[in-house]
Amino acid sequence: MSDSEQVLSEAAAWRRGGLGVALATVVSTWGSSPRPVGSKLAVNETGQMIGSVSGGCVEGAVVQTALEIMRGGNSSVLEFGVSDEQAWEVGLACGGRIRIYVERIL
Amino acid sequence: MKLAFLEQLLDASRSRSAGALVTDLGSGAQRLLTLQHSVGDLSLDDEQFARVRRAIDEDRSQIVAMPTREVFVEVWSAALRLIVVGGVHTAQSLVPLAKLLGYDVTLVDPRAAFASAFRFPDTSLIIEWPEVAVPRLEPDRRTAVVTLTHNPRIDDPALIAALRSEAFYIGALGSRRTHEQRRERLGREGFDAAALNRVHGPIGLAIGAMTPAEIAVSIMAEITAVLRRSPLAVRA
Repeated sequence: MSDSEQVLSEAAAWRRGGLGVALATVVSTWGSSPRPVGSKLAVNETGQMIGSVSGGCVEGAVVQTALEIMRGGNSSVLEFGVSDEQAWEVGLACGGRIRIYVERIL
Repeated sequence: MKLAFLEQLLDASRSRSAGALVTDLGSGAQRLLTLQHSVGDLSLDDEQFARVRRAIDEDRSQIVAMPTREVFVEVWSAALRLIVVGGVHTAQSLVPLAKLLGYDVTLVDPRAAFASAFRFPDTSLIIEWPEVAVPRLEPDRRTAVVTLTHNPRIDDPALIAALRSEAFYIGALGSRRTHEQRRERLGREGFDAAALNRVHGPIGLAIGAMTPAEIAVSIMAEITAVLRRSPLAVRA
């Protein structure tokens, strides 16, 4: 089973079980980003997650957005760049940039 | 994305064939494209569809920017497959490792004692001679074939079938000397040097592997290097 298949499979199982679910997908990268385009992370309403969209650098921020979208927000595109001292927990230490599409599973 | 659409996406992914998911990043509308199907609520005019088609032909997931919309085209290739010939000790490490790496694994061994569900739980097993089993599996450009028995009666027919296919990787366990003898035997079957050079032997990257698990790592490292066109894939 591929990585994506595993993430999609878990997301579908959560949703079938009645949980709120959002799916995040890397849609573009610049420079040395940790995960390639197409990488996926699924999040459920209890905050459980499977898969990844970075090396763990931005997952926290993506989960926050995912939880908001699950509560009825619109799908959105997040962009993360190189980390600075103020925002180190939501930046990419590697110096790359990524865009991530986050959508709710209805 | 609606759950029903996610289920269709999952089915497409499980079918192991190539496809693409097209998402309008503004509206969230989506379309799933496979060889057989085109489903979803995203509509594209002819020109937009042609640009999506081009991204699919490039076999590279990417954003296609259009005057009025931004569309993400996620392309996936057919599943990777690994055919393991010989249900030996090393195979017991190789099979789970290959599954972890995303390969659909099939184990072939004519000896039922080796190709047993006890030794290989949840694995597709074929108890059959490789000259029958391997051609039937139709190895393609997304398939790797590995022989592990050390027994020419079992390994050679598998290698011959693999050499007659487009398999992207062919590897045979055995020492340098064994491999020289193997090349001579296969040469007598009519394979020239270029064909014989497709067989990686001794199999695996030279990481000094000793145990079955280490040999499995070395084999999967080499298969990965060939798949990803790493310089490590080229033998001196």
